[in-house]
Amino acid sequence: MTDLIFNVFILLTIIPCFWVALSSNIVHAAFSLLITLFGIAGLYVLLGADFIGVIQVIVYIGGILVLIIFGVMMTQRGKLLPLSIQLPGKLFGAVLTGVILAALLLSATRTLWPVAAVLGEPQLTSAAIGDLLLGKYLIPFEIASVLLLAALIGAVLIARRSVRGE
Amino acid sequence: MQYSLPSFLIVSSLLFCLGMYTVLTRRNAIGILMGIELVLNGAGLNFVAFSRFLEPSQTTNLLSGQIFTLFIIAVAAAEVAVALAIVLSLYSRMKSIDVEDFKNLRG
Repeated sequence: MTDLIFNVFILLTIIPCFWVALSSNIVHAAFSLLITLFGIAGLYVLLGADFIGVIQVIVYIGGILVLIIFGVMMTQRGKLLPLSIQLPGKLFGAVLTGVILAALLLSATRTLWPVAAVLGEPQLTSAAIGDLLLGKYLIPFEIASVLLLAALIGAVLIARRSVRGE
Repeated sequence: MQYSLPSFLIVSSLLFCLGMYTVLTRRNAIGILMGIELVLNGAGLNFVAFSRFLEPSQTTNLLSGQIFTLFIIAVAAAEVAVALAIVLSLYSRMKSIDVEDFKNLRG
C-alpha cells in the first residue's frame, strides 16, 4: 500500500517536472510547478516529516508559486519571446545534464548507505523541531529571520527605485 | 519503485537535473527562477529522506535533516522575493525579461 501511494506521488512529482523544463508556454510551466510542489509535499508526509510537508504547502505553494505566477502575469505584455535557447546551446545543456544525472544515479544506487535495519514508526515532529530550533539551532534560526527581513526590505527598495526612476 | 532510500535519491536526482536543464536552457528570467526552485526542492527532499532512513546514533539527531530543509525553504522564499523584484525592475526598464537582452553591464 505504501509502495502504491509512493509511486503515485513520484509520478505526480516527476511528470509535471518535465513540463516545467520543456514546455513552450510559461503559464503551463508555472502550473506544472504547482503539481510538482504538491507531489513533493506528499513525499515529505510519506517520509514522516509532517511539519515540513505543511510548511512546503504553505510557503512554496501559497507563497513562492503565487509570486511566480504573479511575475508571469505582470511581464506577459508585448511580443511573445521564444522561451528557450536555440539548438546548439540546448544540446550542450542536455549533454551536461545527462552526465550529471548519470553520476548522481550511479552514486545513489551503488553507495552502501548506513541505512537503519528496521524503520521506526514515524513520530510527530513539530515539538522536536521546535525544541531544536530554539535550542541547538537558535543562532541559524535568528540569522534566517534577519535574512528574511533583509530580503523583504531589499525587494521593496529594488522594486520602488524602478517605479520612481520612470 | 520501492519505498526505500535509493528511490528517494533517484527522485531527487531527477528533480535536480530537470531543474538544472531548465536553468541552462531558458531565456525567460522567470523560467530560470522555476528551475532554481526545482533544484532547491531536490536538495530538500534529499535531506528529509536521509533523516528518515539513516541509522540513528548517539551523537547526531536525525531531525537535523528536517531543520536543514526548513532553512532551505526560508532561503528559497527570500531568493524568490528579491529575484522577482529584480525581474520586475528590469522589465519596467527594458520592457523585456529575456536574459539575452541583459548582456551589457552598462545598459
